[in-house]
Amino acid sequence: MPDPLLSMRGISKAFPGVQALSEANLTLYRGEVHALMGENGAGKSTLIKTLTGVHQRDAGEVLFEGKPIKPAAPLEAEGLGISTVFQEVNLIPHLSVAENISLGRQRSRFGFMQWKEIRERAERALKRFDVEIDVTQEVCSYSVAIQQMVAIARAVDIDAKLLVLDEPTSSLDENEVEELFAVMRKLCAQGMGIVFITHFLDQVYSITDRITVLRNGQSIGEYETAKLPRIELISHMLGKPVDQLADTGSDGLSRSEAASQGEAWLEAKDLSKEGVMSSFDFEIRKGEAAGLAGLLGSGRTETAKLLFGILKSDTGETSMAGNSVGNPKSPRQAIARKIGFCSEDRKREGIIPNLSVRENIVLALQARKGFINTISRQEQNRIADKFIKRLRIKTPSRETPIRTLSGGNQQKALLARWLATDPDLIILDEPTRGIDIGARDEIEELIRELQKEGMAVLLISSELEEIERLCERVWVLRDRQFVGELSDEEISEKAIMSLIAHSDEMEGSDEAES
Amino acid sequence: MKQSLKSSSSLIWPLAGLGLLLLFNAVFNPSFFSISIVDGNLYGNLIDIFRNGSITMILALGMCLVIATGGVDLSVGTIMAITGAVVAIIYQSDPDTSLFVALLVALGVAGVAGALNGALVAYARIQPIIATLILMVTGRGIASFITGEKQIAVENDAFGYLGTGHLIALPFSMVLVFLLYGLMVLGVRKTPVALFIEATGDNEDAAHFSGVNSKMIKLLVYLVCGLFAGLAGLVETSNIANSDPSQLGIYRELDAIFAVVVGGTALSGGRFSLIGAIIGALLLQTLTTTLYSYGVDSALSPIPKAVLIVTVCLLRSDRFRKQFTSLYARKNVA
Repeated sequence: MPDPLLSMRGISKAFPGVQALSEANLTLYRGEVHALMGENGAGKSTLIKTLTGVHQRDAGEVLFEGKPIKPAAPLEAEGLGISTVFQEVNLIPHLSVAENISLGRQRSRFGFMQWKEIRERAERALKRFDVEIDVTQEVCSYSVAIQQMVAIARAVDIDAKLLVLDEPTSSLDENEVEELFAVMRKLCAQGMGIVFITHFLDQVYSITDRITVLRNGQSIGEYETAKLPRIELISHMLGKPVDQLADTGSDGLSRSEAASQGEAWLEAKDLSKEGVMSSFDFEIRKGEAAGLAGLLGSGRTETAKLLFGILKSDTGETSMAGNSVGNPKSPRQAIARKIGFCSEDRKREGIIPNLSVRENIVLALQARKGFINTISRQEQNRIADKFIKRLRIKTPSRETPIRTLSGGNQQKALLARWLATDPDLIILDEPTRGIDIGARDEIEELIRELQKEGMAVLLISSELEEIERLCERVWVLRDRQFVGELSDEEISEKAIMSLIAHSDEMEGSDEAES
Repeated sequence: MKQSLKSSSSLIWPLAGLGLLLLFNAVFNPSFFSISIVDGNLYGNLIDIFRNGSITMILALGMCLVIATGGVDLSVGTIMAITGAVVAIIYQSDPDTSLFVALLVALGVAGVAGALNGALVAYARIQPIIATLILMVTGRGIASFITGEKQIAVENDAFGYLGTGHLIALPFSMVLVFLLYGLMVLGVRKTPVALFIEATGDNEDAAHFSGVNSKMIKLLVYLVCGLFAGLAGLVETSNIANSDPSQLGIYRELDAIFAVVVGGTALSGGRFSLIGAIIGALLLQTLTTTLYSYGVDSALSPIPKAVLIVTVCLLRSDRFRKQFTSLYARKNVA
């Protein structure tokens, strides 16, 4: 083996309250595309940020071209030859392509810009990728794919030796992805090393040479892509050894009688949204606990948002109790239909940080009642106290601002917000992520109780055991598609994982789908 | 109980500023507090503060709601000019127009202006500063157009009562502020509207996902703000018995924004304090009146005003207080 281009050894990084990385490793050779894989919170972005100087590592060493480096800022890393392209294109939309490419390193003579030189340089940079466009046009007038190319051109314009691509493909269509891959191969052929972060397994297998898997801030291993079956990759990412997986669900949970009979309470046919989700069918009965399983970015949250009216479906038909009602146009409409949605992004889409626990709990109920029908203060206090007691929300008082509560207690308060509306269907997106074990058990217990009371529960979770323990029916998603449905005894971690891993050229999926 | 304690604690700094100003006057100019009775009505500096400050207070009440949603309304001064122009032209065309009709038409125009702002912000998703800047600039042109590009004297006894009349020994405009404040407490604080406004301002996505009709809320607050600005324009026009589209209400939006921010409502939105907005307006007016009573040239008064605003805002900032006290502590150690 030649000397590696980059060698990161024993990298540790702690943030207040979290050990984001502990002794993580990454080795990259010249001319290879290296996938950095891991679920949410695995430490991918922290590792990249310590490499590019956004964060300073607490421990460990980084050798770049054999020399130890410790960049203090992204600009310093760029100077060393390490460039990054982030998921959201980091360009200035209303400047021209040429200006964007040379931004921060423009040539000037006596303080005047050398426009001709800047233009030629931009054209040269893009020509490397066979992209020929008018570089004097504004960046925002081009497609996202072209913008992505411009961002990469900007990144490699400074004699980059190492390029980090952080989810560059999430907004590209198939052809555009192919174009990007062609560029990546070209750059590799020129001796560049590329770190590629993506959620799409197919892309990992079509472009990368090797894979590093991170989980909970630790390196799980380094693998050659061609020699690592998909199911093993997934098991490394999720932390479930394949050989230890039971084939059948351990609890032998079977659908309650009420749930398996009768018609669907909510039925959605052929919902889809261009660029977000491929068409899918969905149905749920009262008292049923269903799950959506899949890796991060597989379309689980998007499915929930389509069902809840946050995203508007392009196609399809929603019906309730057999009657067609039209797809929900807004969360308000979904709430009026007695649906609740507890978002995975507590901070951005959940809590109203400076309002009290009481106000956060009554918000959705009051919103459904509208402007006139006021819930009296006494009634608000009663509702808040009831849920604080029932869900054991630890808070100094019901008037405490919710932002001061711990994550688990914020989550319980958000659950209370939805339970207060007495929904018939509650969608829980990662309800137990980032909260302590005790609160997690309590939330699982609560889900069982709600189901017994006749509520339909749709659970989204990266924790396959959680899905297996709680759900009677599971839809498995991959790359923004529904790829399989399991029910009752069929539900097992292994069955779910093989559906996630399944691709056209793989075998052994029949049993899982039957 | 705790809630009211907490919200009042954010009022400590503007109240302290107000107290300090009054104390200053008590020591150096005791006659500042004298109140006389003429024709059964009260007169004096304290009454003047309320009467002259009523315009800012009315504007601040409306502005407070807008700022709580995370927006701002720069057009209130211009809306004042427009309503002034509308009412002037009404009385010019028919001096015997009933007060009710005049008010209805003028406030109707103000409401439309406010709703227009709201629609631009909520439905066209234009940034509030830009959306209201449009009306701020063009509105003065509209007002000039209405009056035929000249000043119009407005002399109608019924209308004059708004700005110069007295009710139960107090200036009517002062009573009007109390009435409007009461109306706001009943219509906003005592209804879910306050919760929806604060939720929208604090985290709009989360509010939307919880079913709050944030667009409607935004439209509503700009509408209310426009109506209050219209009312303020009528009081001012009535007070000076004249409508000058190029001068009426000029820079008033800045006073209103200052009053709201000094009163404890953050420009970023969220929690708001109506009484804080009133206190902020009182603070500004007390300073103006104090300077006036010492014969300070009115052209110079913005300077002490600016000092006061910066001081209160710095005192409100936890971070500044901490740095300031730690600096002080370090000096003592050394």
